[in-house]
Amino acid sequence: MRRRRASLVWWIVFVVGFIYFFLPLLATLDFSLKAKPAFAAYTNSFADPKFFSSLLYSFTIGVVTIAASLALIVPTAYWVQLRVPRARSLVEFVSLLPFVIPAVVLVFGLIRVYSRPPLPLTHTDLGSTTLLVLGYVVLSLPYMYRAVDTGLRSIDIRSLTEAAQSMGAGWPTILWRIILPNLRVALLSGAFLTLAIVLGEFTIATFLARPAFGPYLSLLGNSKAYEPAAVSLISFGLTWLAMIVIAFLGRDTRTRIEIGGAH
Amino acid sequence: MSEATMGFLELSHVQKSFGNFAAVADFNLSAQRGEFISFLGPSGCGKTTTLRMIAGFEYPDSGSIRVDETEITGLPPNKRDVGMVFQSYALFPNMSVANNIGFGMRVKKAPKAAIDKRVGDLLEMINMPEKADRYPYQLSGGQQQRVALARALAVQPQVLLLDEPLSALDAKIRVALRHEIRQIQRQLGITTVYVTHDQEEALELSDRIVVMSQGKIEQVGTPFEIYNFPATAFVASFVGTLNAIEAKIVDAAAGRLSMAGHEVRTTSALSGSEGQAVTVALRPEMIALATPDGSNVVAVSALEGATGVNRLPATVADVAFLGSVVRVHTTVGPDQTPVYVDTFNNPNLAVPPAGSPVVLSFPPEGCLVLSPDAVPDRTDALAAAEASL
Repeated sequence: MRRRRASLVWWIVFVVGFIYFFLPLLATLDFSLKAKPAFAAYTNSFADPKFFSSLLYSFTIGVVTIAASLALIVPTAYWVQLRVPRARSLVEFVSLLPFVIPAVVLVFGLIRVYSRPPLPLTHTDLGSTTLLVLGYVVLSLPYMYRAVDTGLRSIDIRSLTEAAQSMGAGWPTILWRIILPNLRVALLSGAFLTLAIVLGEFTIATFLARPAFGPYLSLLGNSKAYEPAAVSLISFGLTWLAMIVIAFLGRDTRTRIEIGGAH
Repeated sequence: MSEATMGFLELSHVQKSFGNFAAVADFNLSAQRGEFISFLGPSGCGKTTTLRMIAGFEYPDSGSIRVDETEITGLPPNKRDVGMVFQSYALFPNMSVANNIGFGMRVKKAPKAAIDKRVGDLLEMINMPEKADRYPYQLSGGQQQRVALARALAVQPQVLLLDEPLSALDAKIRVALRHEIRQIQRQLGITTVYVTHDQEEALELSDRIVVMSQGKIEQVGTPFEIYNFPATAFVASFVGTLNAIEAKIVDAAAGRLSMAGHEVRTTSALSGSEGQAVTVALRPEMIALATPDGSNVVAVSALEGATGVNRLPATVADVAFLGSVVRVHTTVGPDQTPVYVDTFNNPNLAVPPAGSPVVLSFPPEGCLVLSPDAVPDRTDALAAAEASL
C-alpha cells in the first residue's frame, strides 16, 4: 500500500516536472510554426548567414574558453587538494565570486582596465576576443571548479600521484597520463556547462561588441516575430545534442565503475 | 661509520616533526642488500612516516638517508629509484594491468619490446598472465595488490617499500599473499622495507624487525630475538601474548623474586635493590599447567616440559579454544592476576573446569624481568635459550 502511494507521488512529481519543462517549449514550437508558409521561420533562420557565423563564433569561443579554464583549474584544484587542502574553502569561495559579481560589472571593469595603456586590448578584434574568453573563463569558474573538484575527490589522487612518482614520473606526466584521464567524466560535464553558458551569454559579448550567438538572438528578437522562437528551439536542440554526445563519450564503463569503486 | 660496515640502506639520525608532534625521533638503521626489514608498531608510531621519508614523499627535518652509498635525503621521489606498494593498491584506473605494470618503464622511455618482455615476465611471476588486458576494477583485492607489486618491481628499484600492503585483504588471502611476497623478494634479492602493525606478518616475513613506538625505535632484531628477548616492556607487550605479573626483588644478586607470596627464580642477577617492585613477563607457552597432585598435565612448558623450578598455585578461570591451540585463563594470588597458559589441542585434553585449583610451573629462563633498571643481561639469556633449543 505504502509502496503504491510512493509510486503515485513519484508519478505526480514526474508529470508536473515534465509539464513545467516542456510546456514552454511546446508553446514556442507552436508559435514558431505559425509563420506562413509552414516552417518559414526555420528556413529563414537557416538562410541567414549570420545565424551560422554567430553560432560558429560562439562555439569556437566556447572551445577556447574550455581549454583555457581547464588549463587554469585542473592544476590548481589538483594542487590544492594534494598539497594545501586547508586552502580549499578559500578557493571554493573565490570560485563562487562570479555568482556575486554581475556580468555587467565584470565587463565594465574589463573595458575600463583594458581600453587604455599599458594593455589596450579593446582596440583590436583579437584583443576584444581575448577579453571575451577571459570573461567567460571567469563566468564558468563556479561550474568548472565544482566539476573538477568533485572528480578529484572521487579518486585517491594522493596515492595515484605517489605511485606514479615512485615510478619516476614528473608532474606533467602525472597530470597528463594519470589525473586527466581519470577525470574525464567530470571534465566533460564541466566542459558541457561552460559551452552552454558561452552559447547563450549576452551581456559580455554585447558590451565587447562581439558577433556572438547571444547578441544575435537578441537582435533577432527585436526585429522579427517568429524567427527568434525557431532559433531558440534550434539552439535548445543543439544543446541537447551536445549533452547526448557527452553522455555517449562518458559511457566508458571502466572509468565510471572505478570511480564508484575507489572509495 | 666506515665504508666497509655501511649497509645498503642507511638511515642515520633521521628526525621528523609535524608541528609540535615528533613523528620520528633519531631513527638509525642499517639494512644489508637483499634484507627484508619490517617496521612494526601501533598506528601513529612513526613507521609509515619513516617509510615515506625513504620514498621521498616526506623530507626529514634532519639526518640522512643513503642507498648504496648515495645520499638521497633531499631527492624528489621520482629521482630515487625506490619502488612502493600502497595499502590502497593505487593502480591507475584508466590503464589495463599490462599498462599499469609497464608504466614506469614507459616513463623511462624503455624500448617497447623490452617493456613487453618485462611485463610478460612479471605477469608470470605473479601468476596472472591471462589478466594482462583486464582493468583494475575487474580484479579482486588480492589480484590488484599482486599487480601493484609487479608494477613496483618493473623498474627494478634498488629498494622496495611496502606500506601495510595486506591490511585491506581477507585473512586467507593475506596469508597466501605474504608468502608470495616473501618468495618473490627472495627470488629477486631486493632490499625490502615492510610496514605493518600485524606482529604475525612481521614475525613471519622479516629478516629483522624494527619495533617502533611514539616515534622511537624500541628494538631492532630478528623475529626470534624480538619475540624471546624483548628489550623493553613495550616490545614484550606488543609482540605476542604476554603475561605481566607483578613481583618484588628478594635477592638481586641471586636473581630471586617474590611473586604472589611464592619464590621465583630468574636466570641471572638483577640490578635492582631488595623490595623493589618489578614486572615479570611470561609467554603463555613457557608455562606448564597441571592439577595439584600432578595426575593431569594439561600443558607443558616449551622450555622445560611438565615440571619447572618455579611453581605457582593458580585457579582456572576460563578456557578458550583457538583451534590448534587451547588457551587456559587462570588467576594467581590474592589480586587474581590473570595468567594465560597455551597448550596444543588434542582430543583427549581434559582441562579442569573453572574454579579448579591448578599449579603453574615455569623455568627461570622463561622469566623476563621488565622493570627498566632490573633487566637481566640479554646476551646471557639469549645464550641460555639457544643452548636449550
